[in-house]
Amino acid sequence: MGKHNFGYFFHEGLSNMFSHGFMSFAAIGITVACLLIMGTFTLVAVNANELLVDLEQENEILAYVDDTYSDTAAKALQSDLEAIPNVASATYISKEQATADFSAEFPEEAMFQDLDPEIFEDRYAIKIVDLEKMSETCRAVEQVTGISEINAHEEIAGGFITIRNVATVVCVALIAILFVVSVFIISNTIKLTTFDRRDEIAIMRMVGATNGFIRWPFVYEGFMLGLLSAVIAFFLQWGLYAAVAQGVDNNDTMQLIRILPFQQLWPAVAGIFAAAGILIGVGGSLSAIRKFLQV
Amino acid sequence: MIRLKDVEMEYDNGTRAIQGVTLTIEDGEFVFLVGPSGSGKSTIIKLLTGEVEPCAGRIMINGFSVSNISGKQIPLMRRTLGVIFQDFRLIEKKTVYDNLAFVMRAVGARPKEIQKRIPYVLELVDLAEKADRYPTELSGGEQQRVAIARALVNNPNTIIADEPTGNLDPDRSLELMNLLVKINELGTTVVVVTHEKDLVDRFGKRVITIDSGHVINDSVGGYVGGRIHG
Ligand SMILES: Nc1ncnc2c1ncn2[C@@H]1O[C@H](COP(=O)(O)OP(=O)(O)OP(=O)(O)O)[C@@H](O)[C@H]1O
Ligand SMILES: [Mg+2]
Repeated sequence: MGKHNFGYFFHEGLSNMFSHGFMSFAAIGITVACLLIMGTFTLVAVNANELLVDLEQENEILAYVDDTYSDTAAKALQSDLEAIPNVASATYISKEQATADFSAEFPEEAMFQDLDPEIFEDRYAIKIVDLEKMSETCRAVEQVTGISEINAHEEIAGGFITIRNVATVVCVALIAILFVVSVFIISNTIKLTTFDRRDEIAIMRMVGATNGFIRWPFVYEGFMLGLLSAVIAFFLQWGLYAAVAQGVDNNDTMQLIRILPFQQLWPAVAGIFAAAGILIGVGGSLSAIRKFLQV
Repeated sequence: MIRLKDVEMEYDNGTRAIQGVTLTIEDGEFVFLVGPSGSGKSTIIKLLTGEVEPCAGRIMINGFSVSNISGKQIPLMRRTLGVIFQDFRLIEKKTVYDNLAFVMRAVGARPKEIQKRIPYVLELVDLAEKADRYPTELSGGEQQRVAIARALVNNPNTIIADEPTGNLDPDRSLELMNLLVKINELGTTVVVVTHEKDLVDRFGKRVITIDSGHVINDSVGGYVGGRIHG
């Protein structure tokens, strides 16, 4: 008593699994599919989020300084701008600098060289922390005395955020549904074993086996089904991800999209799959044996 | 020791199977429980094993108060009992040896104990040579002896048998009863439910007679009157 008989429970769980080869196969198949769908959506979300971070870094608000301000007065605005919440940095660009940058951007265009700086305005390039609060930040920047006008791609940011938010909601809902489906399938597989073993269970109870002792083999069975599914799903996910990444890489129109390498993601994927697989497996087995071990 | 005090038991459908039963069985006794079909004999057995609960009264079994036992204690209480059924209830996929090993493992016995205990018990029921047979390769009498071995293997204080001879011919029945008496003489309390008047008369043991959920006779000797129709 007291000692957890790992070897015995493992052996019983394993033989349960094989006694219903087809059902176990089906349960593993469904769980693998669920994990793959979860994994794929999550990886897409992770990559989208990464793109969003890029976008946040690249997406600047240009704030133009009132042209009645002198160079010194314009420079003095920096602290006001940086005091605005959500502003990461405000970099001052004088009209001379702006002119030079513009000319440098179009070296072939003769008419863009030697421009008069007076047609440009002094400006700040403002980087923000959270893209989602971009509109608020734009409004706040406009309020600063000395800023005449701003220029920002609010719609792009807004659109991107909407997509990401919708994707997240769909992703979470899908994962929840698939999770429940997997638990249900594993639960039914294990119910089949408990039904198969009902005589043995009745005898075990009659001779005074504890509920724990009777339960463990089924918990192991669920655990193994879940873990095996996770391992299979992991390798399939890896292959799938590599194939998609390759495809994006080879496609000229998608050059803008930067895909994170799987090498960077695999520990998280492995961890999440293992955790989700075990949770599904053990959850399924507990739900299978719950009602049947009262008294 | 088994003690029932004013025990009442009603099934979910309203059948009042046991109505005010009081009786005591001391350690080491051999007791026959007899009575007509439907009188409540099996219900008493189920009350003893904790399969059903009384709706009134107190039941004490080998130091456990079954009427208000906690879920954790039920297995411990059951380990003091060895139960035998009319239909044997052996596991057909397991050999005789594995049927016994299985119930020893179920209560946490170590492999060493299992290896030592099983040959001893099989010897006792005279099945030492058939350890590797499957239940379907045995006669009814042999199967019931395996069931007895299984009931004994965890060394219970009390053996409870519900019509253990119901599926056996008269010679096998007598053999089986003799075996139960032998087990009783080795120190185990034995409670046997049976219909077999001849057998009961033959052994001259204590007989408790049940009718319609009441104890109507409790005496040493044989069946009372011609009341039993089985
Ligand atoms: N599970 C049940 N649900 C409802 N009523 C039951 C149940 N089991 C038994 N009974 C009823 O309880 C009464 C006692 O039944 P029990 O099985 O104890 O009789 P018994 O003395 O063992 O009979 P037999 O000699 O035929 O085995 C009977 O009226 C029976 O119909
Ligand atoms: Mg009966």
